[in-house]
Amino acid sequence: MTAPRTLYDKIWDDHVAHQAEDGTCLLYIDRHLVHEVTSPQAFEGLRMTGRTVRAPEKTIAVPDHNVPTTAGRDVHIDNEESRIQVDALDKNARDFKINYYPVSDIRQGIVHIVGPEQGWTLPGMTVVCGDSHTATHGAFGALAHGIGTSEVEHVLATQTLIQKKSKNMKVEITGSLRPGVTAKDITLSVIGAIGTAGGTGYVIEYCGQAIRELSMEGRMTVCNMAIEGGARAGLIAPDETTFAYVMGRPHAPKAAQWEAALAYWKTLYTDEGAHFDKVITLKGEDIAPVVTWGTSPEDVLPITGTVPAATDFTGGKVEAAQRSLDYMGLTPGQKLTDIKIDTVFIGSCTNGRIEDLRAAAAILKGKKVAPGMRAMVVPGSGLVRAQAEEEGLAQIFIDAGFEWRLAGCSMCLAMNPDQLSPGERCAATSNRNFEGRQGRGGRTHLLSPAMAAAAAVTGHLTDVREMMAETV
Amino acid sequence: MDKFTKITGVAAPMPLVNIDTDMIIPKQFLKTIKRSGLGKNLFDEMRFTQDGQEIPEFVLNQPAYRNAEIIVAGDNFGCGSSREHAPWALLDFGIRCVISTSFADIFYNNCFKNGILPIVMPPEVVEVLMEDSRKGANARITVDLENQTVTTSDGQSFPFEVDSFRKHCLLNGLDDIGLTLEKAASIDGFEKTAATLRPWV
Repeated sequence: MTAPRTLYDKIWDDHVAHQAEDGTCLLYIDRHLVHEVTSPQAFEGLRMTGRTVRAPEKTIAVPDHNVPTTAGRDVHIDNEESRIQVDALDKNARDFKINYYPVSDIRQGIVHIVGPEQGWTLPGMTVVCGDSHTATHGAFGALAHGIGTSEVEHVLATQTLIQKKSKNMKVEITGSLRPGVTAKDITLSVIGAIGTAGGTGYVIEYCGQAIRELSMEGRMTVCNMAIEGGARAGLIAPDETTFAYVMGRPHAPKAAQWEAALAYWKTLYTDEGAHFDKVITLKGEDIAPVVTWGTSPEDVLPITGTVPAATDFTGGKVEAAQRSLDYMGLTPGQKLTDIKIDTVFIGSCTNGRIEDLRAAAAILKGKKVAPGMRAMVVPGSGLVRAQAEEEGLAQIFIDAGFEWRLAGCSMCLAMNPDQLSPGERCAATSNRNFEGRQGRGGRTHLLSPAMAAAAAVTGHLTDVREMMAETV
Repeated sequence: MDKFTKITGVAAPMPLVNIDTDMIIPKQFLKTIKRSGLGKNLFDEMRFTQDGQEIPEFVLNQPAYRNAEIIVAGDNFGCGSSREHAPWALLDFGIRCVISTSFADIFYNNCFKNGILPIVMPPEVVEVLMEDSRKGANARITVDLENQTVTTSDGQSFPFEVDSFRKHCLLNGLDDIGLTLEKAASIDGFEKTAATLRPWV
């Protein structure tokens, strides 16, 4: 009899290629995703040392961070530095014979959307990428986390990472979500509850009825922001929802291999009685549509709330809160729904999937964005974009006054032409509201796609539930 | 990678909590295909105005701290993006050690790959070191990795914990890829077994 193990324990145990006496392990990596910004120095390192890519068939590259989201980018990228990085990825993918989706390929998109969409991400795998939002893939019950460029080089050369095991944390969301409340509200509420360092040193397993009731898209949104709570990774045990999503994807196992894989995947759950070092429980019914008011993802409040004062906090957070209020141009006591918005951004690896576009389009149907509003939808991949066009969602966005863009990271991190100007205030479905994240001086409020759509219509932060009541 | 054994240098106080990697090196400087030359853009939006003028109040612009080698920081330093450009920028500026109550996981790992020592200390010790660092250029803090101690300018010494493998690599400036490749037989063995157990991977 082995001791009861968590899901994380099981995946970890199945990937230890070597363990030293002090507990340092070589963890084998099943999938290595690569993008243009954090990889050039790693490939350069391989060339300088005469090393090669150990498992090119397990390595997948796609440009996403700095590509423009406007037409013509497959022919020419104006920004020279961006062009050099994309060209470098092109060359590295060719020279080292790794799987590659260039901008001219309809399958191109944000790396964390492309991986699952193409069936590269499967339950029980280890997945890494030189990007902190690699946590997204945890939605499949895969151990997935971000790494730095030196580690990218290490994985390219050895297909392993030097790791010590993290602690186990359970985040349970009991009951069901109320109407108008989404996966984004769950994940932001958890970060609000534990703080941005609350998960440091842990791998979080999300469980409970409200998690089970989420689609794969929703689960990816939840796990995507595990890193914003400081956790190394987020995990959700695979179930029928997962298997149904994976089946038939281009790189998913087929026929007899599918059956074998399925049998293994069904063993991937936390055993009864397994030990968690930390447990957090939220009631699904208590979660409201939320927005962030400050410059840290932990600065979360229900949309019905008011802007806090710095004195509402303690310790080092007092100074940080005051700095956030000044940066965000907000007054304590101001109602969140009175905050006027200049720009709406719908997209990113957090909320750039088909279900996100459906949720936003459901609010926008037959409506127009507020006068003067700049509104942009950036599908997470070329395939999401095509599907949204087929379902008529694109037309709803366009009729409402949104720009309908090509796939990429876009305004989530503003490494490309999509940026905020100083003081410009944005309702964004992305994952970080840090100072300058969307452009120097830009002010970001994080929220769900439905909430972003509601703000686009009214011109200020809005409780989407009121707008849903109107529609009914 | 440069070795890290012992340094004595000026420590800059940065008490703000949650200093993220977007603050350490804003995204516009990630469009490089090199590791070097990022020091001039370290903390760019906190350090310079939009038109490139130095902001005199910012700690690293103050004469006492322009040559700082250590940062004493608020909680959760290095949170956010995985960009290794953050430690590259710190190192290029001349920072070899960051002391805080906590670090974000990826940033913490990235430091060790670049010869920077991140030290986790309890809040009361960080407070003492923060006070010491506020004294400016005449108060130099000593960080001794071999003996795992941090010593203030007035001789107060505090022990710290560090993973033994990482300590070994830092003290000797070792390249982990070389070390891992010595274990190629274990990786080959793992791949063989995994191919039988999970052939669909």
